[in-house]
Amino acid sequence: MTYNRENFELKKKNINRFITLFKGNSMGVIGFYIIVFFLVVAVFGPMIYQYNPQDFNSAHMIEAPSKQFILGTDDMGRDILGALIYGSRVSLLIGIFATLISVFIGTLIGLVSGFIGGRLDSVLMRFTDGFMVLPKLPLIMILAALLGSSTRNIIVVLGLTSWTGTARLVRSQTLSVKQRAFVERAFAVGAGRVYIMLKHVLPNVFPLVFSNTILVTATAILTETTLSFLGLGNPMVPSWGQILRGAFTSGAVSIGAWWYFIPAGLAVIVLVLGFTFLGYSFDEILNPKLRSR
Amino acid sequence: MNINYILKKLFHSMITVLIVITINFFLFRVMPGDPFAMIAKAGNLSAEYKESLSALYGFDEAYHIQYLKYIKQLLTFDFGLSFKYRKPVLEVLGNRLMATLLLAFFAQIFAIVAGAVIGTISAAFRGKKIDVFALGFALLVYAIPAFWLGIVLVLFFSVKLGAFPLNGMVVAGLTHPTTWAYVMDVARHLFLPVFTMGMAIMGGYAIIMRGSLLDVLTEDYITTARAKGFKRRDIVIHHALPNALLPMVTVIAINMGFMISGAIQTETVFSWPGIGRLVYEALMARDYPVLQGAFLVISITVILANLIADILYGYLDPRIKYD
Repeated sequence: MTYNRENFELKKKNINRFITLFKGNSMGVIGFYIIVFFLVVAVFGPMIYQYNPQDFNSAHMIEAPSKQFILGTDDMGRDILGALIYGSRVSLLIGIFATLISVFIGTLIGLVSGFIGGRLDSVLMRFTDGFMVLPKLPLIMILAALLGSSTRNIIVVLGLTSWTGTARLVRSQTLSVKQRAFVERAFAVGAGRVYIMLKHVLPNVFPLVFSNTILVTATAILTETTLSFLGLGNPMVPSWGQILRGAFTSGAVSIGAWWYFIPAGLAVIVLVLGFTFLGYSFDEILNPKLRSR
Repeated sequence: MNINYILKKLFHSMITVLIVITINFFLFRVMPGDPFAMIAKAGNLSAEYKESLSALYGFDEAYHIQYLKYIKQLLTFDFGLSFKYRKPVLEVLGNRLMATLLLAFFAQIFAIVAGAVIGTISAAFRGKKIDVFALGFALLVYAIPAFWLGIVLVLFFSVKLGAFPLNGMVVAGLTHPTTWAYVMDVARHLFLPVFTMGMAIMGGYAIIMRGSLLDVLTEDYITTARAKGFKRRDIVIHHALPNALLPMVTVIAINMGFMISGAIQTETVFSWPGIGRLVYEALMARDYPVLQGAFLVISITVILANLIADILYGYLDPRIKYD
């Protein structure tokens, strides 16, 4: 009982220390607020702001911003602000769920590889390195084209192609945690391998995985936008990439209709930057190698 | 240089090539919605044509026999026929290669130089305002979708200012009186795409350069140099920088995949007649043999680049263990 209490106090102390360090990291704080802002927009925006992606209106095609349409209209007369608000849902949804799949696969492979070691380790790591080298965008494009580009498929494809970095990271952390005394002690008292992996190794590996996770989300959001722009998104679901594709294919760029592609592009950049800032600051705080410098 | 080290790396590269071939095979033959089979099964084809397709790709046989057949085809450089162009895939790819190499070469040089400079400044002034600014800039550049940057540049420089052509590689339909006129025309068309693609890959270089230089700056010989009274500027440029540049060799190779993503986006926006645009066009036309061939060629190029970087790095940095 006392052991658990001590453990709890230690954890609480660590978390408090983390929060203090985080508050001092302006980059991380900015990233945090950016993500909170987009989360609020994604959750509550569509409830407050009426928008129907099927609401075509030939009388208002590519119209500049006005009182009626604050950010103008697209080539089918749809309100761009509404599409932006709905698009934040799609971006966050795809980004977060793709990351969950990716982190699950990466952690599983890294943990097993590092903990079991031996021949399994070399086979898994050869595969990981081989997969890591592959050019991701063409592979993702082909997968999305063959599977069909529903939101679910895009999430799965992004998840299946972005786990390599996490696997490498988890493996190297697992190797160092494995050497520590408490793992040896757990072995000595007869704990099983799966139990030790989940109860002792995973919690110690997790902080670094966490910062890596946030960076994976940034990449996933960026890739999803690119896929939609290249015509591989779901055309029935309004997303930022879809808006940008519409702007590109309708020739809005050559007539200088800035409202059609500047706000959507800025939304992508700011959200991706938010995740990148947050991930980068977590890495600086949690990675002892970076901190000591 | 240890021959075993090279052989080991060569072996690893070959495994990776095999992974690519296997992925390619599974994607296009085994997955639901198998495109080749769909064509063969399509009703409006003559039985004769179906037969010839079937014989060519071996749809009727077991998967492992198809797989071996596929590898055999690849070994004889038979990548199949393009649905759209009705020409061998290899020929279609070959026609687009030079444009991409031209674009990628200049974009890489721009990105490496700019990335190294920004990373160096950032590391040299660690923790100062200029560092925050430089690092923030590198992260910002990373967050900008390449295709979007291309569109904005086209709007500003081509549509508004008329300073650069909208797209393409040369003015369409123009015959160039001299070779020099041709080169100048291409150069004018090259400027915006190179800048776009360069920006897309620069952020990564800057961040790695910063980290690498910070690592080197904590080493003992730097402290020694400082104790000897060398100027800070001299220490960074003459003592630390040469060693900090070493990891960049590997990073350039690792970044190849990123570069290809940049090329696909840039070439699509600027209608640049390279491999990247070809991938986009093949995707729109569902020209699967071209997609498959392009993926294979791109992947093997990336794997080769990584192999060369590994060997080069082992040569440049003798501390690498040849285990």
